[in-house]
Amino acid sequence: MGVDRRGFFKIAGLSTLAGMAGKTSMDALAQGESRFAPNPEALHGKRWAMVVDMEKCKSKEGCKDCILACHQVHNVPDFGNPKDEVKWIWKEQYHHAFPSQENEYIKDDLKHANVLVFCNHCDNPPCVRVCPTQATWDRKDGIVMMDWHRCIGCRYCIAACPYGSRSFNWRDPRGVDEEEESFIKETNPEFPTRTRGVVEKCTFCDERLAQGLLPACVEACTEGCLKFGDLEDPESEVRKLLAERFSIRRKPELGTQPEVYYLV
Amino acid sequence: MLENALYGDRKYWGWLALLIFFIGVGFLFYLQQLSYGLGITGLSRDVTWGFYIAQFTFLVGVAASAVMVVLPYYLHNYKAFGKLTILGEFLAIASVTMCLLFIMVDLGQPSRAVNMILHPTPRSILFWDMVVLNGYLFLNVLISRVTLNAERKGIAPPKWIKPIILLSIPWAVSIHTVTAFIYCGLGARPFWLTAILAPRFLASAFAAGPALLILLCLVIRRFTKFDPGKEPIQKLAEIVAYAMAANIFFVALELFTALYSSMPEHTIHFRYLFFGIEGANSLAPWMWFCEIVGIASLILLLIPKFRRDENILTAACIGVFISLWIDKGLAMVVAGFVPSPLGKVTEYAPTFPELMISLGIYAFGFFLITIFYKIALSVRKELPN
Repeated sequence: MGVDRRGFFKIAGLSTLAGMAGKTSMDALAQGESRFAPNPEALHGKRWAMVVDMEKCKSKEGCKDCILACHQVHNVPDFGNPKDEVKWIWKEQYHHAFPSQENEYIKDDLKHANVLVFCNHCDNPPCVRVCPTQATWDRKDGIVMMDWHRCIGCRYCIAACPYGSRSFNWRDPRGVDEEEESFIKETNPEFPTRTRGVVEKCTFCDERLAQGLLPACVEACTEGCLKFGDLEDPESEVRKLLAERFSIRRKPELGTQPEVYYLV
Repeated sequence: MLENALYGDRKYWGWLALLIFFIGVGFLFYLQQLSYGLGITGLSRDVTWGFYIAQFTFLVGVAASAVMVVLPYYLHNYKAFGKLTILGEFLAIASVTMCLLFIMVDLGQPSRAVNMILHPTPRSILFWDMVVLNGYLFLNVLISRVTLNAERKGIAPPKWIKPIILLSIPWAVSIHTVTAFIYCGLGARPFWLTAILAPRFLASAFAAGPALLILLCLVIRRFTKFDPGKEPIQKLAEIVAYAMAANIFFVALELFTALYSSMPEHTIHFRYLFFGIEGANSLAPWMWFCEIVGIASLILLLIPKFRRDENILTAACIGVFISLWIDKGLAMVVAGFVPSPLGKVTEYAPTFPELMISLGIYAFGFFLITIFYKIALSVRKELPN
């Protein structure tokens, strides 16, 4: 080998100097205006929650506005088959969304209702409990977040979720199908695409809240079926709705404390 | 000592070449899986764990079963197992290695596996499984190396190894208990949500592992001068009989609780397994076969006259092994996902690449067992030259 002891010390010394210089210039840069300061408009909450008005939601037959908006903004791939399907928000038949509420003689419109379902952002999330790398965690504001760069793709969280809210990228979402058609029809450059082999799900649009915007599904709904707000704030619209009307949650008996409420 | 693996007759090299061929084929299919993604398997949005995780679960049991020869020898001074402990430990090393490989091929992002160590998360059972499995691997490598080395030199093993051997006994129980905890702590999956899961795992492991060890002993006796003797084989057969009886008893307990309470979320998975639901019944023939063969093998093992006949014993051990493999390596994991927590029925069957990757891992395990046993027997000079 060509490096003797003298040579080694020389290289070591030079790299230390280079490192120090690098650090100083980074510090100098940091003095200036930061690009990463929080947006003053950002929405803050202590316990974010969603209220779904099932009466209003069924008024517009076959409406998919919220689903399309969410999946477009978040670059959710469409693999075109149920096996590989990735979805953040979708409609589920009543008896699938609320299996323990089974009742043959229930009101017909409820029995045949298509219920909007997505991640419940549980207060006691089993997915967070089981994740071996903390790639999914609960934030102080109640959002159950995902780090798609840390996820190792073990899918333990999917096994733990009682709501089927999590999807795995069985294929490369950035890829194309047999007809060279992209799985993501129109990529939104404002939001990251994912890689194959990681889990993803609804994040209550944390990226939009940080800019002072409501979640994309709430904004897209023209019927006002979706209300988003802070449950810790007694004056919030969600609190008032829940105080006035009868609401149910999905599988509350499991103790997950879901934060999505359904007005029936 | 290790150089003993490098000398062998044509049968030895032919067998190794065959295994290396399957390892290579499995590796090529794994490369294909890496480039396409796990979608190459039969797994789907609703059934997210399948053949790989089931093999992992089954093999944890085989690994843990080494304790069934170690415990009588070291705790009860049962001398007849003296020749077998090293074989049990080597079987454990090969099994744990296969377990770790099955976990690796199941990961969506295997290059990030080190995140488990960079971000250790004690609240996750997978973290503890990593700890106990790697610990068990380390213990068995250390123990087998030290004891075999002492045997080669014709001296007693050093004193400090004894407490480590004793530690390996509860450690073996821990690997299968923690593996059961991966499943039985999930409210979302009522099929696994039962306290009997860990005991059942252990009982089935202590039947399947020693059954495999008996078969391995009989195979190597045919090809070498190695003779474990009649007594230890018979003692192992008794262990298999007890463990299999316990396992079937536990299955019956589980069935009673689920069926008599008649709570739909508990009964429906058993209905799926044995009869199928909504026309989905691909596991039903396997399950009936599994139960019938399991019970028949147990009967053969329980009757001393049959158990002492080595041909019948061989058949019974094959029966026990196949029955428990179907139970744990095929049905147990998949049934937890069918129906899904939303009540949807999606069936799962492994694909050809998935099976070839699994076969490659099994070939690697057998490759390890072969060279380990070769080393052990060469040290004891029980091989023909």
